[in-house]
Amino acid sequence: MLWFTVKRSLMMALMLCGLLAITFSISHIAPGDPAALAAGPDATQEMIERIRSEYGLDKPLVQQFFLYLKGIVSGDWGRSINTTRPVWDDLVNYFPATFELVVFSIAVAIILGVPLGVVAAVFQNTPLDHAIRVISVSGVALPMFWLGLMVQLYFALQLGWFPLGGQIEMMTDPPQPITHLLLTDALLRGEFSTFVEGLHHIVLPAVALCFPALASIIRVNRAEMLECLNQDYIVNARAQGLSTFRVVGLYALKNAMLPTMAMIGLRFGWMLGGTVLVESVFDWPGIGLYAVESAVNSDFEPIMGATIVLGFFFMMTNFLIDIVYGTLDPRVRGQV
Amino acid sequence: MTDTVSKTTDLEALSWRERHHSAIRQVRLYSRTFARNGSAMFGLALVLIFVVVAIIGPWIVPFPEDAVGAVNMDIKLQPPDAVHWFGTDEVGNDVFTRVVLGTRLTVQIACIVTGIAILIGVPLGMVAGYMGGVVQEVIMRITDVFLSVPGLILAIAIVGALGPGIVNAMLALSLVWWPGYVRLVQAKTLALKNEIYVEAARSIGAGPMRIVFVHILPNCASPIVVKGSMDMGMAILGAASLGFLGLGAQPPEPEWGAMISIARNYLPDWWWYSFFPGIAIFITVLGFNLLGDGLRDILDPKHRE
Repeated sequence: MLWFTVKRSLMMALMLCGLLAITFSISHIAPGDPAALAAGPDATQEMIERIRSEYGLDKPLVQQFFLYLKGIVSGDWGRSINTTRPVWDDLVNYFPATFELVVFSIAVAIILGVPLGVVAAVFQNTPLDHAIRVISVSGVALPMFWLGLMVQLYFALQLGWFPLGGQIEMMTDPPQPITHLLLTDALLRGEFSTFVEGLHHIVLPAVALCFPALASIIRVNRAEMLECLNQDYIVNARAQGLSTFRVVGLYALKNAMLPTMAMIGLRFGWMLGGTVLVESVFDWPGIGLYAVESAVNSDFEPIMGATIVLGFFFMMTNFLIDIVYGTLDPRVRGQV
Repeated sequence: MTDTVSKTTDLEALSWRERHHSAIRQVRLYSRTFARNGSAMFGLALVLIFVVVAIIGPWIVPFPEDAVGAVNMDIKLQPPDAVHWFGTDEVGNDVFTRVVLGTRLTVQIACIVTGIAILIGVPLGMVAGYMGGVVQEVIMRITDVFLSVPGLILAIAIVGALGPGIVNAMLALSLVWWPGYVRLVQAKTLALKNEIYVEAARSIGAGPMRIVFVHILPNCASPIVVKGSMDMGMAILGAASLGFLGLGAQPPEPEWGAMISIARNYLPDWWWYSFFPGIAIFITVLGFNLLGDGLRDILDPKHRE
């Protein structure tokens, strides 16, 4: 297991380098001369050349890539034209909101998705199963941004149950930061009214964000449960007189959870992509909104920063899932 | 001697139907399995409607000029009625016309993105699976890196570098879409390359190109078709998402995502403006997904329930 973890970590480091190579290449496919761009429209040829050598843009590509790596490692991620702050500071600032939203959404998707998948499998081909299938089939096809707008329209504007957007009311003071995660901090500081308010704000964006993931989790879990429920050991367990609850919940679900977990890992990445959409619908002050605002304004370095952070986050999740997977299923360990 | 001659003439005398007997049987079996699957038929119907609307769209819409920037301020933001089925937008354009004409753009986007992804991904996957060794290692590691970044984020980064616009958006989506095909085809090629019929082809002197394209590719076709169908839907979602963020198609192009992007400013009072383009996206993507599911059921017996 230790060997598996070490090997998997090495692979992760390699992938991270690959990711940086991608962002580096993307910054080089951008049309226009970056040195001329940085020097401004009135710069003389001499000034452009000076900037070129200052930023190392006259060096060979490989050397430039190592300079780029060095910059990333030392925290120099460039500067945002939009916010005029260093990109790293911005990312540190915006990351917690995205993290909280994504973790909350995936938790909702798992908590709802796994039981619904089990119920659909146990009551296969009954009206209940069909009703659940409507969710699981339509969920993947719904455009997340549109779903966000529609739940906003209905639950926030029509019914007034939830606030329209943002992480917290304008007038409310956020709790003193401990973890920088708003909900967690509010709990830790004992500010329950702020916590409830934050919870109120996170519901709609989380629902919009979790829908596709919820749909896939239901689908995979249902299919796996059906397969497990037909296995001999289940028949045997039933024959021994174990209760249905025990057979389904303990015997079948445990085995069905492995592929479901792989799906959760995959969907997590989609969710990270989805934050871009949901955050711009709900004005959620996270990395997604930051990336979109930068992209619309052709503010280049923040987009790359956001790509690296979200990519890293996704790699990290898959890493953790693989480790858990390896612990649960020894056969997986040999495959890396 | 006479025996051989009569055999040949027999073969020639066979009708087309008899000569292709097994293929016809296969198609019959497939279509019967497919037809018995209600949701697959529903998906097929949706996709067919979508394609037909994309083809005949310009001739059936009531106000064709509304897709190219006509301005009728006197009828702006009207609710749905008998003339304007889906209402009108902020410059008095008929939303129904624009949604219908959007299908054509959407079908183009879906085909181009999926097509480029297949053209890049399938050959790379076959090369990786067939050659093995260092080549495979390099191709698969690069693929892994691409798969480990959320696709939409990477697409946004690429569009951010190239500048917003429909062409760049399609390019960006294609560039993040191919890795899935590499992985799929590589695994399949790896499994197929030791099959007896491939060994046989090799032993009678077929070159690697011939083996890969004539013997292995046709047997990879069914998973590619299934994934392709699903990806058409996903590409539509991706393009609409970029359009919504203002990074894809630019107004007045009748692209569904871009329409919603403007329409959101007119919520909640003028809800129809963003409601109908969204429904169009949903139905189209749903159609492709259901079709893909149905195709998987007939082409991959393991998934049959």
